[in-house]
Amino acid sequence: MAPVTVNPPPSQNTAFSLVRTALSVGIAGLVFMVLRWSFGFLKDRNAPQELLLNLYNWLGLEQAAATLSQSGLNPLTAKLMIAAVALLVGVAGVWILFWVANDLIGQLPERWREIIRPVVFVGPAIMLLTVYLIYPVINTTYTSLTENVLNVPKVVPTQFWESDSIAADMVTGSNITFVSYLINLDQFEIARVQFDNQSMLLIIRSQTVTDRDGVRSRAFTATPLGLRNYQFAFTSPEMRIAFRNNLLWLIIGTSGSVSIGLVFATLVDKIKREALAKTFIFLPLAISFVGASVIWKFVYAWQPAGRSQIGLLNAIVTSLGFDPIPWIIQTPFNTYALIVIMVWLQTGFAMVILSAALKGIPGEILEASRIDGATEFQVFFRIIIPMIRGSIITVSTTIFIAILKVFDIVYVMTSGKFETEVIANRMFVEMFTFRNFGRASSLAVILLLVVIPIMVINIRNLRKQGINQ
Amino acid sequence: MSSYSPSPHSSTVQRFFQQAPVRAAVIIICLIWTLPSVGMLISSFRSANQIRTTGWWTALAHPFEMSQWTLENYTAVLTADGMANAFANSLIITIPATVIPITLAAFAAYAFAWMRFPGRDWLFAIVVGLLVVPLQMALIPILRLYTNLGLNGTFLGTWLAHTGFGLPLAVYLLYNYISQLPRELFESAWIDGASHYTAFTRLVLPLSVPAIASFAIFQFLWVWNDLLVALVFLGTNPDVAIVTARLTAMVGTKGEAWHLLTAGAFVTMVVPLIVFFSLQRYFVRGILAGSVKG
Repeated sequence: MAPVTVNPPPSQNTAFSLVRTALSVGIAGLVFMVLRWSFGFLKDRNAPQELLLNLYNWLGLEQAAATLSQSGLNPLTAKLMIAAVALLVGVAGVWILFWVANDLIGQLPERWREIIRPVVFVGPAIMLLTVYLIYPVINTTYTSLTENVLNVPKVVPTQFWESDSIAADMVTGSNITFVSYLINLDQFEIARVQFDNQSMLLIIRSQTVTDRDGVRSRAFTATPLGLRNYQFAFTSPEMRIAFRNNLLWLIIGTSGSVSIGLVFATLVDKIKREALAKTFIFLPLAISFVGASVIWKFVYAWQPAGRSQIGLLNAIVTSLGFDPIPWIIQTPFNTYALIVIMVWLQTGFAMVILSAALKGIPGEILEASRIDGATEFQVFFRIIIPMIRGSIITVSTTIFIAILKVFDIVYVMTSGKFETEVIANRMFVEMFTFRNFGRASSLAVILLLVVIPIMVINIRNLRKQGINQ
Repeated sequence: MSSYSPSPHSSTVQRFFQQAPVRAAVIIICLIWTLPSVGMLISSFRSANQIRTTGWWTALAHPFEMSQWTLENYTAVLTADGMANAFANSLIITIPATVIPITLAAFAAYAFAWMRFPGRDWLFAIVVGLLVVPLQMALIPILRLYTNLGLNGTFLGTWLAHTGFGLPLAVYLLYNYISQLPRELFESAWIDGASHYTAFTRLVLPLSVPAIASFAIFQFLWVWNDLLVALVFLGTNPDVAIVTARLTAMVGTKGEAWHLLTAGAFVTMVVPLIVFFSLQRYFVRGILAGSVKG
């Protein structure tokens, strides 16, 4: 049994406990100040140099300070200093914060203690999850419904302050037709409008906006909401190619990785040096999508017929007497060529899990069936596969999700050209090249919709297992 | 094919021949899986001219002819193409992004496993749901948020993003492990008057080292190998770009300079491969503990 220290008995001395509380609050305040300071420090690339300058001046090292301000701090040193502060704050700072919070809770009455302590334990993690995942899911869904409809100013000047029907006034003279009000409050309105024969909503809110010079003022914002981004996603020719390719990726990529992984796991189970053989298949799992793309781009390298081929695949093709094939450019080969990279990367993952599942099958069952005259193929399809069905499903789902979001490989190999587009790459292009956040968001939402069934099943399984206590 | 049930009469020789097809198949698959990387590694040590004119496999015919091997590609990539700088950036991004989530996740995982509080089941269900949320959902809102906070293109923004995106998996993996610790352990500690905090720091953390190690390896490889988060929040400015972003830029600008691309690719892979080989055991354990990364 690990040693566990006993909490000191609560002190009866009120003065002492007051001082203690004050101290804890003081430390908490100090930690918060340090966190705030470090936030500014970590953001600012020049901060390390200033810090060092201040330090030198404080220590009275004027000469060192002069040299530093003259030559400037080595950028690498500056970066390392930032990283060191990040580690210090991220580990020690967070730890102290937990400790102080816990100490403060310890001085509350018992009833409160039991309520607040879990909040302190889960609070920081839930807060980060809220900022980085939960809020974005809501926000992206909202953005995906917003339209880039011309002629409606996003931020509307104050000329409408006195109006009772801001939306109706605002669209007069534009290519949007006002239909009716759903909500018409003082400074918040939702109106039904028509644009391009499609009906959509126009939301008017009063908001504080900051202009380019940093001047803040109150103004109305008009946000048109509709399904035009989804219309683009589901009907445009570019997206049709992306959907078709994603489907190919999902079907061939998932089944390819899982079946090769399963076959290899079964084969390798029967021979010596199993661990060594597995390492070869497993190794690509440590390689980045970008690295893998470069490796395979070299395998697919193409030279015009007649010149010596430096790509492995075309060297084989030409030595068999065929013309070399530009694998990455020529449809329909190119999409398959890219899928192969994914299979190469993911098979090791499937193999590891399925191999562990195979080891869980009791040897007697296999032996008994062989004695009864089952062939190896029958054993594989009738006994092994049904017995590790659960693992096969888990592996397939995980790889499915990974492939659904495939971006890096396409981005590096073709940037989605030559009909190799996929949803995630298109999302990136819409976001960065075209700055069309509405369209990009609708593509992200489509990816989310695909994984929602998996999410529901996972949560339901969790419920079934029950969680502790 | 009968290593499961060797009949008492089969000799070693017989078994060897029975296993031969299996062994051959395994070797062929291993070869197919390894050749692309081998080709890259060999090419990265050949001169630009040699790579352009002959296949890398021709070098294997006379491997000891030292004049054909060169380190110039690496020197060029590390200095002229800024890979050395990118390498430092990758380390600077990856280490804090791996370490910071651990404390936060461990506290949360302990609370989910061993504390009773209203809404616990719901919150944990949300964490499990978030495991599979595509990263793409977060890019635009966080990008806008960062623009307001001045965090675009900073290390801080990228650390925080990786921390946030890695948390569901961290909480989930650690919860799975911590909730399996024997109940008696906690009960006797609580009876001895230990608070949750003491039980957590003195009992749970030391016992959870294997699970923490598994997560740390995952997160390290994930962050090091990531391209999307780095492109969106850190950008391609050579001053801050990490190795994957740098290599991607090289593919765009020097598409046929294979001597540089192969060397560059290997530079991006060195650290993950070292981590992978030295900590393979924890890595496999982490994979088996259920990895569904969003």
